Order: sequence, then C-alpha cells, then structure tokens
Amino acid sequence: MIWILDITMLFFLVVCAIAAISIKDLLSAIIILSAYSLIMAVVWVEMHSVDVGFTEAAVGAGITTVLFIATLARTEGRSED
Amino acid sequence: MTGTLDIVYAEYNYWIYVTLMMIGFYAMIAKKNLIKKVIGANIFQTAIFLFYVSLADITGGTAPILPHGGEHVEHAADVIYTNPVPHVLILTAIVVSVSTTAVALALIIRIYNEYGSLDEDVILAARKSLQPEFSEYARQKGVAEVGDQ
Repeated sequence: MIWILDITMLFFLVVCAIAAISIKDLLSAIIILSAYSLIMAVVWVEMHSVDVGFTEAAVGAGITTVLFIATLARTEGRSED
Repeated sequence: MTGTLDIVYAEYNYWIYVTLMMIGFYAMIAKKNLIKKVIGANIFQTAIFLFYVSLADITGGTAPILPHGGEHVEHAADVIYTNPVPHVLILTAIVVSVSTTAVALALIIRIYNEYGSLDEDVILAARKSLQPEFSEYARQKGVAEVGDQ
C-alpha cells in the first residue's frame, strides 16, 4: 500500500461524495458519482484487490452511470436541494 | 496524546469509511430529491465496500495471485498475500448494489410518470390529500373533470 497515493485518493473520494450530494444539477451529480466510482476503483487496485477494482470500474462507473442517465432522460434534470 | 494520534494515522481508511458512510446516510435522509437519495445509497454502499477491502489489506502483502504464473511454486509460501475472502464478498455485493440501483431507478421513473415530480414533499402531499392535479390520469383527462368526480 502506497500511503501517499492512498491518502490523496481517499481525500478526493470525500470531496467527490460531498460534491455529488450537494450539487443542484442532477446530470453533474451523476457524472461526479461516476468519477467517485472510478477513484474508488483506483483505491481498490492500490489495496491489492484487483478483481474488485476492475469490477467496480466496469459496473460501478459504467453501468450505474448509464442507468442514472437513462432515468434522467425520462424525468427532470433539476433538483431543489 | 500520541496514542490518539497513532490511532487516527494508522486507521485512516476506517475514518474515511465512516465519513463517506455518514455523507451517504445524510443524503438518504435529508435530501428531498429521489435521485439524490439513490446517489446517497450508492455512496453508502461503496463506503461499506471500502471497509471490507481495508479489512482485507495486510502490511507488506501483495495481490492474491500466484507469482511468476505459478511456475516457482516452492517459493509461493514465502509470499504474503492479502486476504481474498472479503474481496469475493464485495465482488458479489457490487453486483447486488447495481441491481438495487436499477430497481430503485425503475421505481423512480414510475413515480415520476404518476406524480410528475421527483420531490419527496410534492409526492407525499399529493398522496396525502390525493390532489388530482398530480396524477397522470388527471393530466390526460383535465384536472377539473377529475376534481368533480
């Protein structure tokens, strides 16, 4: 475990999580959630959990984002909070 | 004093996991928009995955894969591996989390078609007083007609 990379990535994780829940535009929130998932995949590869890492990169950052955007296309893109 | 700092430094992964979990929990409870709630649930789930993967990591350990393609098997016992069992648990949990997200988003689309809003307050108010202007049926038939019935 490379601790400086670990701490940097964990810091970006917290920043992305706060940004994803506080931004009002839902498309931006979803893209930030996708970035969050990708950073999480990097954290897991760096913690020697490679299988979980690339499953998260494909499923968490890929399919979840597609599902969210498909939902957004059928509903509205603005949030009040 | 140094003892407390040591705990904060040595287990920083766990502190981050608790922080992320509370961020997700806050979004699930306090945010009014339903998609924001699902985003919060996703953050909550990944925080718990982070806890399990941190639990599996061992200082000086390497990925649980046989070195040199498994050719020099006599040295395989000297290598320290991280624990692969939590990794496999989390691999299953990721798939489950995508399924729950898909079901939640399908329900959200259905709710939006029925009430015309994703805001929790609007939906609850419409359900409470059964205000006809929020229903898809009312929008098709015209609000006044349904209100008269």
